[in-house]
Amino acid sequence: MTGGLEGPTPEERPKPAGRRNELGIRIDPEAEAARPHRRTVISALVAHEPGVLSDVSGLFSRRQFNIESLTVGPTETDEQARITLVVEESDPGIEQIKKQLRKLIPVISVRELDPDAMRRELALVKVNATRPDQVAAVADMYGGKTVDASPETATIEVTGARQKIDAAIEAFSQFGIREISRTGTTALARGTDDTATEGAQADDYQSENTHTVPADDD
Amino acid sequence: MSERASVPPKTAEPTDDQPTDERTNEEQPTAADTRAETKPVTTGAESVVRALENAGVEYAFGVQGGAIMPVYDALYDSDIHHITMAHEQGASHAADAYGIVSGEPGVCLATSGPGATNLVTGIADADMDSDPMIALTGQVPTDMVGNDAFQETDTTGVTTPITKANIFANESDRVGDDVGEAFALAGTGRPGPTLVDLPKDVTLGETEQEPGEPRTPDTYTVQERADEATVRRAARRIEESSKPVMLLGGGVIKGGATEEVRAFAIEHDIPVVTTMPGIGSFPEDHELAMEMAGMHGTGYANMAVTHCDTLIAVGTRFDDRLTGGIETFAPDAEVIHIDIDPAEISKNIHAEYPLIGDAATVIEQLAEAVEHSPQATKWRAQCQQWKSDYSMAYKTPDDEPLKPEFVVEALDEATSDRAIVTTGVGQHQMWACQYWTYTEPRTWVSSHGLGTMGYGFPAAIGARLAADDDQEVIAIEGDGSFLMTIQELSVAVREEMDITVAVLNNEYIGMVRQWQDAFFEGRHSASEYNWCPEFDKLAEAFGARGFRINDYDEVADTIQAALEYDGPSVIDVHIDPHANVYPMVPSGGDNGQFALTEDQL
Repeated sequence: MTGGLEGPTPEERPKPAGRRNELGIRIDPEAEAARPHRRTVISALVAHEPGVLSDVSGLFSRRQFNIESLTVGPTETDEQARITLVVEESDPGIEQIKKQLRKLIPVISVRELDPDAMRRELALVKVNATRPDQVAAVADMYGGKTVDASPETATIEVTGARQKIDAAIEAFSQFGIREISRTGTTALARGTDDTATEGAQADDYQSENTHTVPADDD
Repeated sequence: MSERASVPPKTAEPTDDQPTDERTNEEQPTAADTRAETKPVTTGAESVVRALENAGVEYAFGVQGGAIMPVYDALYDSDIHHITMAHEQGASHAADAYGIVSGEPGVCLATSGPGATNLVTGIADADMDSDPMIALTGQVPTDMVGNDAFQETDTTGVTTPITKANIFANESDRVGDDVGEAFALAGTGRPGPTLVDLPKDVTLGETEQEPGEPRTPDTYTVQERADEATVRRAARRIEESSKPVMLLGGGVIKGGATEEVRAFAIEHDIPVVTTMPGIGSFPEDHELAMEMAGMHGTGYANMAVTHCDTLIAVGTRFDDRLTGGIETFAPDAEVIHIDIDPAEISKNIHAEYPLIGDAATVIEQLAEAVEHSPQATKWRAQCQQWKSDYSMAYKTPDDEPLKPEFVVEALDEATSDRAIVTTGVGQHQMWACQYWTYTEPRTWVSSHGLGTMGYGFPAAIGARLAADDDQEVIAIEGDGSFLMTIQELSVAVREEMDITVAVLNNEYIGMVRQWQDAFFEGRHSASEYNWCPEFDKLAEAFGARGFRINDYDEVADTIQAALEYDGPSVIDVHIDPHANVYPMVPSGGDNGQFALTEDQL
């Protein structure tokens, strides 16, 4: 082959001392700390129109963001819907998710909820009803309601934080679980704090690392 | 009677009423002046065309077909000049290039199904390069959507990941405003391609609704000015820096910030590196110019980026072809990142000083905040030393065939500083970057992010219409690249376009061949031809002029003759088939360890 240029070879050149990690952040090569993933809740207020949900879910799959659950439903305003996302990413990944969501035209506002936000999930658990009394007792223990009963099955509705639902399912498993359907987490900020409105976008760059790992229960 | 007779001929000046505050638009008249005597719209299709007219559109590129016919019927009465392309891919590249050169969204049209899917490559290309473009696609009638009707494709579904926004038009009363909104979005903030899908019943449907001026939706906001406190911190960093570098990306050109960044760099004596889309943002014949960095960037640009302590990056997304391995990219530098898209900040490279806003506005903020220039005399001397250590001078041995570098330099020599260069993708593209000396913005038109072979010639068609008459348009192509869209020669001949094509013909998919030699033990799988057409004769068959160059002594005269021909001409330049592109940083490699020869890879 032909071509090639003259000049000092790679070995003859000076080399810089520093390095970056795989996230493009400059690091001390001697003491690189791992960037742990954390689970958090992101709430997005969106225009209630066709295609929004596929825009959001497409964004997550295309950019390889780890998503645990996504729920969507109407809000107090007819034209708006709220999407609640539970994601598990590093801090820079979570920032990138928020910024990419904001770029979607139908997205009105995006906010990562504080760790103390109210989070709820609903599960329907269908179990074998061979021991109805005990099923009722377990349901009681988790504040569950029996929504359907047949000679062979009982279906219990349980609402609560994720951990409570996990625990309830664990407890129901002794009866033999036939089917489970869970909604994924929906959430609201506490008190007068707005969950996701026009003004609630200022939580960006400077506060990148101030979030703590949220308690999964409230 | 034809409508054409009753409409006064449009003036030659470009018109524009895009409601943005981007600087390129400031001094232009609004289209409203020329619209006084137009007749009211009666159908959705007329409303679509009226929306384009309201936006000041002069040219559209497309291909006819069933579902888009109502829109074409409305175009028949419009002053918009429609260029019928040979293939929809050509339409999307031409519109993309029109957008690059003019700064206004280029318009392309296609029918449903295959028409729309053929546009996809060009839309994806525009998306990767943030080029302003609007695509209008026909669609089957609304009540057939979802039934797998003839020529039905879920066009909005297919294009969602590759558009800035897309709209499925639902109502004849709104369709004009849908188009206006898509046009406004394409050119506002960070530009990008938008698409409106137009079901046939919506365009055929009756409406009296006149579309308004193009405007972006309420949910779309653009931050123009950067946070003042961060600007002050960045200014202190620049003052304290002893090894500063400016890295100019395509955003500088798109944001119309060329004057501002040049003034800033020169005022503070800061060496300037560009990305590939940033070519033209800084004059490459200036002492401070280090030219392009990255995989095939100059050695001195890569040394400057690798060793700087402060990187002032403007309008760049830190693509992997620029950065090489992230771990070794400017590892000693604190990064000041100016970008209009917040999502680009710290996406690939962490920015210590994130400055979100319009490039020109933020550079002016910085210029105001910086109180004294960095003390960097030693650093500038080092940069000059690198420029001589890693000179791009190439050899032309007598016993080897014609070198492509020489041809690019000869083309540059024979044309004005304002000449526009378009390219395909591959080795020829890299030689066009390296050996042409760019001094003006919007003169370099290429496929950067997507790397679309076949881009160069249809792009030259779009560039030709956006350029001034005294600007030459030169398409530097490779043989493989040119063969992918050569059918568009028919368009250039029909439209009598003055375009000069130089095919750097090595009878190989050269870049693949180069990689096979370096990384696949020279096994030329599917990269070499046993036969290649004679491009000069092929050009003549299309009705263009054909030329051929075999050797050094033919270069200057043949280029001159091709340039002098007033119409499309094609020079088949037979170059050294074994020529390789250097310097080269292998994928994911260390920019500072670029190879100057194959054995250094």
